[in-house]
Amino acid sequence: MKAIGLIHYVLALALAPLLLGTINRVKALFAGRHGPPLFQVYFDLGKLLRKGAVYSRTTTWVFRSGPVVALAATALALGMIPMAGQAAPLAFTGDVFVAVYLLGLARFFTVLAALDTGSAFEGMGASREVQFSALAEPALLVGLVALGRLTHSLSLSPAYAGVGPELWSAGGVSLALLAVAFFVVLLAENARIPFDDPNTHLELTMIHEVMVLDHGGPDFALITYGASLKLWLFASLLAGLIIPVRQGPEWLDTAAALGGVFVVGCAVGMVESCMARLRLLRVPQILFAALVFSALAFLLQMR
Amino acid sequence: MIALLSVLCVLGVGGLLAVLLCRWPRLSGAVGAWSAILACAVGFVVSARLLLAGATTDWQAPWLPQVGGALHMAADPLSALFLAALFLVCGLSALYGLRYMDHGRGGLRAGLAWLWYDLLVASMALVILSRNALLFLVAWEVMAIVSFFLVTHEDERQDSRLAGRIYLIATHLGTVFVFIFMLYMARETGSLEFDAWRNVGSGLSPLAGGWLFVCLVVGFGTKAGFVPLHIWLPEAHPAAPSHVSAVMSGIMIKTGIYAILRLLPCLGFPPLWWGWCLVVIGIGSGVLGVLFALAQHDVKRLLAYHSVENIGIIALGLGVGLIGVSLNMPLVAVLGFAGGLLHVVNHALFKSLLFLGAGAVARATGTRETDRLGGLLKRMPGTGAAFLVGAAAISGLPPLNGFVSEFMIYWGSFAGVNTGPGVAAVPLMLGIAGLALIGGLAAACFAKLFGIVFLGEPRTAEARDARESPPAMFLPMAILAACCFGIGLGAPFAFQVLRPVLAGVIPLPQLSLTFEAIAGADAFLAVSSVAFLALVLVLTVAAFRRLHLSRKNEGSTVTWDCGYAKPSARMQYTASSFAQPLVGLFSTVLRSRRKFRMPAGLFPSESSLETETRDVFRDRLFTPAFKGVDRWLSFLKWLQSGRVQLYVLYIVITLLALLVWALKVQA
Repeated sequence: MKAIGLIHYVLALALAPLLLGTINRVKALFAGRHGPPLFQVYFDLGKLLRKGAVYSRTTTWVFRSGPVVALAATALALGMIPMAGQAAPLAFTGDVFVAVYLLGLARFFTVLAALDTGSAFEGMGASREVQFSALAEPALLVGLVALGRLTHSLSLSPAYAGVGPELWSAGGVSLALLAVAFFVVLLAENARIPFDDPNTHLELTMIHEVMVLDHGGPDFALITYGASLKLWLFASLLAGLIIPVRQGPEWLDTAAALGGVFVVGCAVGMVESCMARLRLLRVPQILFAALVFSALAFLLQMR
Repeated sequence: MIALLSVLCVLGVGGLLAVLLCRWPRLSGAVGAWSAILACAVGFVVSARLLLAGATTDWQAPWLPQVGGALHMAADPLSALFLAALFLVCGLSALYGLRYMDHGRGGLRAGLAWLWYDLLVASMALVILSRNALLFLVAWEVMAIVSFFLVTHEDERQDSRLAGRIYLIATHLGTVFVFIFMLYMARETGSLEFDAWRNVGSGLSPLAGGWLFVCLVVGFGTKAGFVPLHIWLPEAHPAAPSHVSAVMSGIMIKTGIYAILRLLPCLGFPPLWWGWCLVVIGIGSGVLGVLFALAQHDVKRLLAYHSVENIGIIALGLGVGLIGVSLNMPLVAVLGFAGGLLHVVNHALFKSLLFLGAGAVARATGTRETDRLGGLLKRMPGTGAAFLVGAAAISGLPPLNGFVSEFMIYWGSFAGVNTGPGVAAVPLMLGIAGLALIGGLAAACFAKLFGIVFLGEPRTAEARDARESPPAMFLPMAILAACCFGIGLGAPFAFQVLRPVLAGVIPLPQLSLTFEAIAGADAFLAVSSVAFLALVLVLTVAAFRRLHLSRKNEGSTVTWDCGYAKPSARMQYTASSFAQPLVGLFSTVLRSRRKFRMPAGLFPSESSLETETRDVFRDRLFTPAFKGVDRWLSFLKWLQSGRVQLYVLYIVITLLALLVWALKVQA
């Protein structure tokens, strides 16, 4: 493990809420508003941490463990995601699967915490979450494995280190397909438009936000921070693919990679500004399409 | 070996004593259960030591030599692995059954139930130990019949009797294929000894080898529960008492996998299509099993369908391994077989844990309907926590054991996709996609099951008045949950234990190099370190949260219900509504039936919705097929007049015909 990987990890932990702030700012600019400050999410986190907590009498320890497990698992998964072509702090053969399943663990406990409240709204959100993630998971894994075959490596870090201009010229079509698939999965997994509207006011139509309706105070701070880590994770998976700037001094590579992550954030904000939320029935079709894109990226290498 | 033989004897004697003592129900139950517990404890220690040492023992005694029989038993690492899982699960289930059977009626029936249980354990052990086809088939048949008696334990219920009948027919139809396989092998070699069959493969034509492979997969796949041969599983497993369901689902169906692993090497070097075949069967069983599970309302039926799913994962692992063998990719072969074998053990652990938990719930509330339960975690905290561990483990989530075996299959497939030719990469990629889909759907299904049964508010009075199970029932679940954590955290050790087993199963040279390569890739070490890290991180965040909240004020209130004034427990999301989006998405295969009574009138009072998901394969494939056979055979009904004289006449005619034929052959 090299120190640079750890530095990247700390940067990710520190800057992740800024990504959420960037998306909100981009959306505000598109709508012609000034929008909240870039650091608003940090202020929110601080405020939430200062509050007390109120729990429903229906809930048990499962409800309290939901945010804790979700944050811990997501933070651990983030430790396997490489940045700027450097090895991640946790890089080993097959880390792809561990990372994806850690996200699954986080989701499992979030869903259980939602069901623990006994509320029909949260049950609805939980039901949608498990449905969409069950379809997004194969798309993501097939995509990452296809990337592994393209770069002849069994781990995320060398796979992303192998993505570069040469690979884009050799297998550009595959990489482009993968980028599209990853972007769709990013939007679905992080409850962004067109899959879910993080700002909607109607509980009936939400997915992620409605699951955490009953969490408040420090618990909600953990959830928000966990969500921003997850967004960062997916954004850096995508950014590493589309902005493979290498060969400069390490600090320059790092800056480029960070820039890439924020470019992805801006793209998310733009998509959210130009699109409406899809009907829930359409979501599985889009996720199937992402799976097909990943599979195509793989099949193109079979020639 | 002598220890294992005495274990079998203790089981037989204990069962018989339980029947003889049935006038004293307490004593009879205690004898029946404790003989099983003690025998299993000894058996577990012996087989675990054999497994760790990688040793083989052999024992022979003459028996029916005229027809080629022999009491030939042996325990090599493959047998020891299955035996260790068998004795662990059966011993713990017996301990659980001691209290679980308490609330049923005593008398002869309870005594018989213990006899069947002990015989089931003994016959399964004998299946795994025997090295002679005749002995194997006898044990196989005893196993099928005693488990039939256990399935029909509550024989006053019509559904139990139906389940028993379906099971009996299915298992015997499967055995027909086993017979064909064994008779062919016996004819080829002139011997019923498994050892003598070892070199048959090289002399077989590809066509004969292919047919034998199909016989093997169909015959033993029926017992294992490959789709579409699984239809007996969701009927039989819920009907049996819960500790028996745990044994049947955890161990008995694995004897099919064991037999495939034992006999497959006899068929020689596997062609590629065998691997394809198992991968496709695996994905099909896995995905369909979990989809049908999602649509079920009965807790034990749901779990039974999950056995189909997990058998699919095991078959997928073996298929990946076979592809690795046939294309000479040792890494893929080793990891595929290792994943399949470890999943056998893992599934035995978490599925029996879940069945025991489901039994505890049924005993405490008197119902197995998911939608009539709820809020049980507060009333049964120990059972609930153990069930949660089982649910997370079966969903393949780290840091539990289910993840380790799935990781092996993933890694093996990934390695094959990366380095292999297209013929290998495509099925292996299919395997990865299938496994990912299965994992996501299983997590959905167990979030539903645990969430609806244990979380929220109780939906009925039965659920509200539930009590925690007695310690003797909780202890086995706690031990199984601890095992789930143990394997989850000890991935390198698990692989180390599997090495001698793998060396016996995989027909490739120089496997030790591959073992070293895998051990050197430190992925297993990383998996277990990540598992530990996950635990540490969770505890750290939890401690931070606890410390932080200790300085704040904490209030309690009702669940936020958007301002509605009178929430009731019936307004909670139900299991059916939770699963509906996925069930709807896959309605083409599931074909759920809905009966919907709309609210009508200006002041609508009553409305109802019923959904039922029957097994498509049973309704659309087997029922029509059996009806067709029935119709066809009814032409022969005139033979069956019911008069004994006529039947004697038939016998005479048959004998005469045979005599004539024999004379003709001689001439």
